[in-house]
Amino acid sequence: MTTTGNTTTGNTAAGNTTAGNTTAGSTATGIDRLGEVFTRAKAEDRAALIGYLPAGYPTVKGSLGLLTQVLDAGADLVEVGLPYSDPVLDGPVVQHAVETALRAGVRVRDTLEVVEQLAARGGRAVVMTYWNPVLRYGVDAFARDLANAGGLGVITPDLVPDEAAGWLAAADREGLAPIFLVAPSSTDERIAATTAATRGFLYAASTMGVTGARDAVSDTASVLVTRARAHTDLPIGVGLGVRNGAQAGEVAGFADGVIVGSALVSAAEHGRAAVARLTTELAAGVRGQHTGR
Amino acid sequence: MTSASSGLAGTTHEPDETGHFGPYGGRYMPEALIAAVDEVAAEYEKARRDPEFLAELDRLQRDYAGRPSPVTDARRLAEHAGGARVLLKREDLNHTGSHKINNVLGQALLTRRMGKTRVIAETGAGQHGVATATAAALMGLECVVYMGEVDTERQALNVARMRLLGAEVVPVTTGSRTLKDALNEAYRDWVASVGHTHYILGTAAGPHPFPRMVRDFHRVIGLEAREQVLAAYGRLPDAVVACVGGGSNAIGIFHPFLDDEGVRLVGFEAAGDGVETGRHAASITGGSPGALHGAMSYLLQDADGQTLETHSISAGLDYPGVGPEHAFLADSGRATYEPVTDAEAMDAFRLLCRTEGIIPAIESAHAIAGALRLGRELGPDATILVNLSGRGDKDVDTAARWFGVVDPESLPTEAPPGPVDADGAVASGEREL
Repeated sequence: MTTTGNTTTGNTAAGNTTAGNTTAGSTATGIDRLGEVFTRAKAEDRAALIGYLPAGYPTVKGSLGLLTQVLDAGADLVEVGLPYSDPVLDGPVVQHAVETALRAGVRVRDTLEVVEQLAARGGRAVVMTYWNPVLRYGVDAFARDLANAGGLGVITPDLVPDEAAGWLAAADREGLAPIFLVAPSSTDERIAATTAATRGFLYAASTMGVTGARDAVSDTASVLVTRARAHTDLPIGVGLGVRNGAQAGEVAGFADGVIVGSALVSAAEHGRAAVARLTTELAAGVRGQHTGR
Repeated sequence: MTSASSGLAGTTHEPDETGHFGPYGGRYMPEALIAAVDEVAAEYEKARRDPEFLAELDRLQRDYAGRPSPVTDARRLAEHAGGARVLLKREDLNHTGSHKINNVLGQALLTRRMGKTRVIAETGAGQHGVATATAAALMGLECVVYMGEVDTERQALNVARMRLLGAEVVPVTTGSRTLKDALNEAYRDWVASVGHTHYILGTAAGPHPFPRMVRDFHRVIGLEAREQVLAAYGRLPDAVVACVGGGSNAIGIFHPFLDDEGVRLVGFEAAGDGVETGRHAASITGGSPGALHGAMSYLLQDADGQTLETHSISAGLDYPGVGPEHAFLADSGRATYEPVTDAEAMDAFRLLCRTEGIIPAIESAHAIAGALRLGRELGPDATILVNLSGRGDKDVDTAARWFGVVDPESLPTEAPPGPVDADGAVASGEREL
């Protein structure tokens, strides 16, 4: 069991000039530090493990504890979900968690705070967010405050590069990675354009559907990764549907990163120990050591 | 008379190549669905130039939906509108009871062209759901309609109609359990089913090409009305008015008048208990720009960009966003948008019933209320064209509660939308019908 890190730093990331990129003790950008996640995993001949949990679930402090647990139990990177009222790409498990967080009053600045606390402990984090909360916060302000908090990039499930000119400029200025998604339905032309705009890693949606644990990882995932590799040297993370070590091992066989969300959120309903157990199993999975299930 | 397909001919008021009306519109949506909307856009471009498609659309609109719809001179209503001439474009007389059929027949034909066998739709008041279920039955398509649980209760008649027509109605229990949540569920379905399913979006909103395509299917309303008014009165109206939720009936009647500089275009939004109370659905009057459900437009959101819960007595207007072309017209000043409260709308509802023998949809009653207000402002020489977008059969239960015309004990037990006393019972007799 681990602590939740320093929760006494009361102020939000907004306007914070001391944390920033110097948290890691270097001047490396978010994009650089994201690259290191995959370089290190590759050096160990394995895939990186990326875990998702929403900020504010079940509480802001609770989510920080859970995300810390995910990192301590073997994840290389966490995706901190920014709760949004209309998550059209999420299934029931994430919807429920996010609704819970919003009902408890979670704010955008709480997500930045969680990122800052994780980064202060040396954790690596990106934010996953639907686009309207960022538009409302201000794209430039959000990029500045996230970079100052020590975040590495942003995954945008409902923003495609076609509408992202302002975000791409802001991300570039702050050294943040704009992480876009490709899907099995993406044409080669779109995969090319999307990978060209992406930094850090490419998010490949394993299947056509919303987030949620599935019994089997769709065959379409490996096909999509192969198609994407024809257009980019970026590391490729595969998400949607991975729920156990065996599946993580399977995905690790063809992808550079294994992304697990809904299964962790389900585990979070049972507390930190359950999250630690699942993360340990997944971490073994991406190392080809899963016990088979 | 103008045919329905002439609405598809192209205009001088089009979005850019990627669907932007100024800063609004575009595509704020998952990559997984981009291929699908690209396919819809490409197929629509082909279809609107295909004489066979256009002829089939015209045949259906004429022989099946009953177009053209008439224009009625509402003389007794006009006495309450400062003596102005009030002309009603009777979309309530279309098959299925509203303007929604215009768009649905077009998109159902397009579904068939794309070789898809299943359609999904979102619905608020149920008018779009009924129209979609109707077209699906006609063309032999599987049909699933998502409807907020709150709306399945207050529009129970339309739920029954959809089921009779063979559609599956899925009550949505997430979020505010109204129209916006029905849209979320429809998108979630579509991401997983896009290979064989077309999403018949019900309003001129959402990602490109829907705002433009849905508008084109509804332009027939304004094209017909413009011709009818000119033929009967030898002049154009001084103002064209419509209710605005997502804004499909409004954009349909406004659009052919955009170049008629002397014609005022006024949209009436649902103000619920009043915009100042926060319990409303007036996205342009009370909202700010943001991205929701696929497009940039005005929406009702909090300081963090979370969508706000809305309120309107009208299920069809109870939505926190609006189509992007309306946002553009509002900014440019070519159209103006004003709020109408539940109480004003219900007063107009009663007045139209009693003066003209027409029971309007509560959505359309917002437009009637707006026309009364505008008539008193413009005076007896003015001519106001109102889009009477739907009929009110579906709203009889809500209206009966509001006016207390039936014994509340005899009605189903869900929360009454009308005035309630401390015990939650309908305060019957408070309003006189």
